[in-house]
Amino acid sequence: MKHEHNKPLHRYGMVIDLDKCTGCGTCVVACASENNVSVRPDESDKKRFISWMQLYMITNGKEYPYTEVCYIPRPCMHCEEDGHGNPHPPCVSVCVATATRVDINTGIVSQIPTRCIGCRYCQAACPYHARYFNWWDAYFPKGKGLERYLSPEVSVRMRGVVEKCTFCHHRYMRAKRKAEAEGRRELKEEEYITACTEACPAGAITFGDLNNPKHKVSQLIKSDRAFRLLERLNTKPKVYYLSSKEWVRRMADNYLPEELKPVKPLALRR
Amino acid sequence: MTLLSIPKEKAKDWIEGICFFILGFIGALIVGWFLFPMALYSEHTQPIDFNHAIHLENVEGDTLTEKCLYCHEFYEDGTFAGIPRIEKCEDCHDPESPMGDSLEEKKFLTKYQAQEKEIPWYHYYRQPPCVYFPHISHVKMAKIACKTCHGDHGTSELLPVYQENRISGYSRNIWGKHISGYKEHTWDRMKMDDCAECHTKKGHEEFNSCFTCHK
Repeated sequence: MKHEHNKPLHRYGMVIDLDKCTGCGTCVVACASENNVSVRPDESDKKRFISWMQLYMITNGKEYPYTEVCYIPRPCMHCEEDGHGNPHPPCVSVCVATATRVDINTGIVSQIPTRCIGCRYCQAACPYHARYFNWWDAYFPKGKGLERYLSPEVSVRMRGVVEKCTFCHHRYMRAKRKAEAEGRRELKEEEYITACTEACPAGAITFGDLNNPKHKVSQLIKSDRAFRLLERLNTKPKVYYLSSKEWVRRMADNYLPEELKPVKPLALRR
Repeated sequence: MTLLSIPKEKAKDWIEGICFFILGFIGALIVGWFLFPMALYSEHTQPIDFNHAIHLENVEGDTLTEKCLYCHEFYEDGTFAGIPRIEKCEDCHDPESPMGDSLEEKKFLTKYQAQEKEIPWYHYYRQPPCVYFPHISHVKMAKIACKTCHGDHGTSELLPVYQENRISGYSRNIWGKHISGYKEHTWDRMKMDDCAECHTKKGHEEFNSCFTCHK
């Protein structure tokens, strides 16, 4: 099924430098507090918990002293295609309630909790496990004051709906509102960045418009080190990763030996 | 079998039946469209009977919209003040020297300003928490007058009675004045389809994207 689809004006995307990422988890915390992500009494239940930004750890499997570790922060990939050449992500084409769409203005894959009927089809369709289901109503421990920290800019989800990373879309609206107060229609590069980008102490995350060649992200994705997760599925994610380690890039998408383009060592590149 | 071919003695029963059906139908409509809404909405009067017309005469501004913006202002970051806090009222109203001899002003000065208490207004146009509506995009960028959506509210002398849906807790101005779905003015109903209808009419179909109004 092919939808009528115009190219979005902006294509907001993210570049995460895995060589810089220390796996501290600040992005995960920043994301959860920014987006009113509910907590469970038992957060160690990893089958039921919700984390829009998930941190994965991979190792090269070698023994000491050759062990290497890499952390992969994983937001929603905001894919552009479903893998069969259709111009919508896998989750959008399966949604029966039109609760998730590609936003025509930003290229961001939207998720409307009040529209979602909770069939979880999108969760099954997403190759990145970026979607989470609310098994219970949003819960914030009583007496801890957590409910006072809720952001009015993001709606709190009810039970029975799916939620996911929205690239902090409310921050886009906030930036747009401010620009309009100043009489501008276009946003500057630094005006709209996600909470994880802002929080990352290592500066590993870069955020910007992939359609704008002046933005840093559109220059970074041309790097030799750039790759995307499960690239062979052809979902064209708008989240790129940078790594100079071959084993990391190989693990991100089980490449065949001749498929993986080698990265020149840092010393040679300069 | 048509009505004409029915024997005379049975025709009377038929006519009675049809009359009862019509009466019952009209009765059901009266219950559904008039009595049910009366039971569905609870009515509240505002804490202060605010006179917009008097205020409009006394505030600065060249156009009607500019006059509205004197109190219902935009902040620097583009957010909309909505119903102003009493700080804004204090710009003009002084407890030492009241501006007039109206009882409502006295009520404001003694009951709220003296005790530094915010006035618990009922919000006619408060949207559900999942809805994002930037006033600045509509008023400043699209140059839509306040009157276009809010009607004569700004020039009225009396505040209308606030009606709250007992089930959902939302204002009747959002939910729709007429339960039959009939809409005369913009301010009769402000639901999702009304946003989309206006966006489409003005040639801004790109703003019918879900994330434009949802959060």
